[in-house]
Amino acid sequence: MDQEARLAFWLLFPTFIVVLVFVIFPVIWNLWLSLKPVSLGDLRGISLFKFNLTLENFRKVFGDQHLGPGLLTTLIYTIGGSALSILLGLMAALLVHGEFPGRGLLRGLFISPYIAPVVAVTFTWSFIVDPQLGVLNWLAVDKGLLAQPIPFLSQRWWDLDLLGVRVRMPLALISVILFEGWRYFPFAFLFILARLQAIPDELYQAASVDGASPFRRFYHITLPQLSTVLSTLFLFRFIWTFNKFDDIFLLSRGQAGTKVLTIKVYDYAFGEFDIGASSAVAMVLFGVLSIFLIIYFRWILKED
Amino acid sequence: MSREYFEQTIIRILRVVGLIFFIIIVAFPFYWMIVSSFKSLGEILLRPANLGLDIRKIDFHAYYAVLFEHGFLQYISNSVYVSILTVVLSVTLATVGGYAVTRLRFRGRKIMSYSILLIYMFPAIVLVIPLYVMFSRMGLRDSINLLILVYLAQTLPVALYMLKSYFQTLPPEMEHAGLIDGCSRLGVIWRIVIPLSAPALASVALYTFMIAWNEFLFAFMFLDTPEKFTLSRGVVQLAQSVHLSKQLVMAASVTVTIPILVLFLFFERCLVRGLTAGAMKG
Repeated sequence: MDQEARLAFWLLFPTFIVVLVFVIFPVIWNLWLSLKPVSLGDLRGISLFKFNLTLENFRKVFGDQHLGPGLLTTLIYTIGGSALSILLGLMAALLVHGEFPGRGLLRGLFISPYIAPVVAVTFTWSFIVDPQLGVLNWLAVDKGLLAQPIPFLSQRWWDLDLLGVRVRMPLALISVILFEGWRYFPFAFLFILARLQAIPDELYQAASVDGASPFRRFYHITLPQLSTVLSTLFLFRFIWTFNKFDDIFLLSRGQAGTKVLTIKVYDYAFGEFDIGASSAVAMVLFGVLSIFLIIYFRWILKED
Repeated sequence: MSREYFEQTIIRILRVVGLIFFIIIVAFPFYWMIVSSFKSLGEILLRPANLGLDIRKIDFHAYYAVLFEHGFLQYISNSVYVSILTVVLSVTLATVGGYAVTRLRFRGRKIMSYSILLIYMFPAIVLVIPLYVMFSRMGLRDSINLLILVYLAQTLPVALYMLKSYFQTLPPEMEHAGLIDGCSRLGVIWRIVIPLSAPALASVALYTFMIAWNEFLFAFMFLDTPEKFTLSRGVVQLAQSVHLSKQLVMAASVTVTIPILVLFLFFERCLVRGLTAGAMKG
């Protein structure tokens, strides 16, 4: 090994160890746990290292009648949350694009939902929409908009009367999706804004000369120019929302029809004290994630 | 009226309406958090729809209670300790690692660059249970220093990737000159690379600080002893123990939010660059 390679080894060695212990090893260890009967009470015992491997955990997880609905909830939450955050991000970017006084301030303001700690913003929103003490419900009742307060985060269904047609809305799920859109639109906003500023002015000038109206310019120039960044954003947001735990855990604890798979991981481990089943759900999550990672890396390699 | 003029007018109206909409939905929760933290319990219970704050009735009691009765002074110092140590370790290791991947020739360099990205995509929820089991068994779980190492693992791959991208844009000629003049590689990093990369290092440091400061899941799962709680962990604890006293939870939320928002507004440009360069996780 020559000197340069040896130096590279030592410079990367601490990073390698940290990643090995705190990322690689846990994933392997998770696979091991998912194949064993382990409860939360067994953690100190010798049984943790015994070769009593079984598929019982996966049988339990796949036999759980809540798995199917859980997966569906996860997909609705993921697609809804990703799409909404990107849509809001696009709108915000179009609003802030261009030169006007106070633009920097607005940009700073628009990014704050993403910068603020998740515990602070989830508790604040829970308080705002609280059916007993929440300002939103009280204002709506005061002004006669609502007959009674709506428990946004703790009620599964909400019957809406649309011109005589009764529609059942999954209320809590919609609420957490709205939160997701609110909290993560700044991410899309920043990327879209950067891309908007890179679109050459000549394109717009040429279109104006040809007599294209503002809406047509948006449709025929801006949108096509944004298509790559929009689809990349969707992939990113999809992957991260699919694995998101904190937000739903803090908003609704997975109650009232918001039990996504990440909440199942927690519930098995600390609700049923079944570490094995919890690890099995984590493996399922990881498997689905791997598919998206493969898509993502094909993308990256193609871009290179 | 021409079509151009008509559409421009519509766009102007939409812009005003849109800006008002966004300003309200973004600013209102922060406004409400702050206003509620200065109210008394009576005010919260009796007038939940009161949007304003009566200047004569401003009540600092929630802050007093949170800081001195619920242990938040300790949590603040824990959070500062955890975040600063995470930043120092992460930026140091990412600088030397990023330099190695950019400038040194060794086998597996390309693989290394891609695996950094891959590791950065690993979700925390998949890692938290096995780490919980592992460190519970070793009796090390309830430790603030262990938490720092977890945060290091969470931030290092992105930090390294961001710095690697930046180092690639630096001209290597100056470093060659340094090497010829008898500088060691580490000397080159210290004297040439680091001064040239100050803006990138600032972005990475801010980004890392934010991740460590805001992190909830690992702090929630790992820490049992209240003396060791970080701010995020402390806020959750508080919210679970008081039911009606929302002003306490809001005062605690303000306490954890203000430092990171102020820091961010101060260094806004750096952070925006950091956010877009690293395609931040979250």
